[in-house]
Amino acid sequence: MKPFTYTRAESTGAATRQAAHGATIIAGGTNLLDLMKLEVTAPEHVIDVNRLPLAELEQTPDGGLRIGALVRNSDLAADMRIRRDYKVLANALLAGASGQLRNKATTGGNLCQRTRCYYFYDTSMPCNKREPGSGCQAIGGFNRIHAILGGSEHCIATHPSDMAVALCALQAEIEIENAEGQRRTVAIGEFYRLPGDTPHIENVLQPGDLITAVVLPPPVAGEQRYRKVRDRASFAFALVSVAAILDCRDGKIADCSLAFGGIAPIPWRDTGAEHHLHGKPPSRELFAEAAEILLGDSRGQGSNDFKRPLTKRTLIAVLSDAAGLGDAT
Amino acid sequence: MRIMLHINGEEHPLDADPRTSLLDALRNHLGVTGAKKGCDHGQCGSCTVLVNGRRINACLTLACMHDGDEIVTIEGIGRPGALSPLQDAFVRHDGYQCGYCTPGQICSAVGMMEEVKAGWPSSVSDNLEAPGKLTDQEISERMSGNLCRCGAYPNIVAAIREAAGEQTE
Repeated sequence: MKPFTYTRAESTGAATRQAAHGATIIAGGTNLLDLMKLEVTAPEHVIDVNRLPLAELEQTPDGGLRIGALVRNSDLAADMRIRRDYKVLANALLAGASGQLRNKATTGGNLCQRTRCYYFYDTSMPCNKREPGSGCQAIGGFNRIHAILGGSEHCIATHPSDMAVALCALQAEIEIENAEGQRRTVAIGEFYRLPGDTPHIENVLQPGDLITAVVLPPPVAGEQRYRKVRDRASFAFALVSVAAILDCRDGKIADCSLAFGGIAPIPWRDTGAEHHLHGKPPSRELFAEAAEILLGDSRGQGSNDFKRPLTKRTLIAVLSDAAGLGDAT
Repeated sequence: MRIMLHINGEEHPLDADPRTSLLDALRNHLGVTGAKKGCDHGQCGSCTVLVNGRRINACLTLACMHDGDEIVTIEGIGRPGALSPLQDAFVRHDGYQCGYCTPGQICSAVGMMEEVKAGWPSSVSDNLEAPGKLTDQEISERMSGNLCRCGAYPNIVAAIREAAGEQTE
């Protein structure tokens, strides 16, 4: 690890001001320290925000929940309001990482974690995300875990978070404070950026920005599911994951929200696929049509071609289960 | 930077480079070598310790982030001649071969059983709001952050099952 200086932030203002001058914010550190050990990233100054008062979970006036950025993944998954009203989020959190890591990882940090693309992690290889302009070896290389949607000729890395996928389906908002002390909120659908020709820029955070909270809207009606398909039964990143909220009334789909992990550089949402379901009676055939819409622009890279049928089957299984049709595909 | 760590009930002042992980501080600076370095990337769990009562990977956190924290390592769980019930169960169930992952397995299981007592669900719990008994499937899922390359998993699960007061399935 390269040498760095370390300070503990006494206030959010101190943290954002130092971050505006190039300091790297550390919270749980479970991803950042991993990257620092491998020198994928080498900050000169690290500012520790762990002791700031940002670990509260509180009801919002409209009946939603405000999750402080330092609420640990394990505490969030254990909160009874999350377990009861936002099951998709509790299940996504519990599907991620290990018990030890969830005890450390924070809500804000989880949103900012970096891809697990092998080439991004290997400093002897070119990578446009790590070293802009150096090239992408995943394209034409080993790309079994890579994106089938949203990638570019410069980067096909996937976003690794489970939590963020559930937050997309729940249409959460992210509260951000800047170095001037101003707070703004960004819808999670607007938070992440597609790689295009700047894959090193992954979200809308600017230097000096600190995520202070994630705000959930009031609970919505319907069945909530999170299913994660991976190479082993636990403690592995998603090959494909589906977050679904499905509200069926009078034999028809009244409302539906879907988000996908493991298949794109950002937590993926496709409102076209959702609209196709609205107002129609649930059936496996209908869900297959929605999957075809979702995957219409998808592109396999060779080793990850399997993600197309896997995504389709997982979506059909999840929606069939949520609609009470049984989850067998 | 100068910090104070409370390790197994004793105060340990430390003046270390900010790069020092909690694991390296314990093992290389303070001579508390029970926690083991396996992967050093949070993937194997052999460095698991309890910090303020919670299990974490000591390799993936900086010592300077833990000024004033209460740390319990395997040395604080039990000693030769005064084993904790879980350690005793590991011995009787042969819950290891080489033993390298064992301190992490046991610290992790201690933290895990507290999580169960607090009613925390896991990803295999049928009911998120009321997780049921600690089945073997639940133990495996909740302990998935601890790898054992010797493959002693069945006996590790048996030891934890007994220490948690669950019956054989």
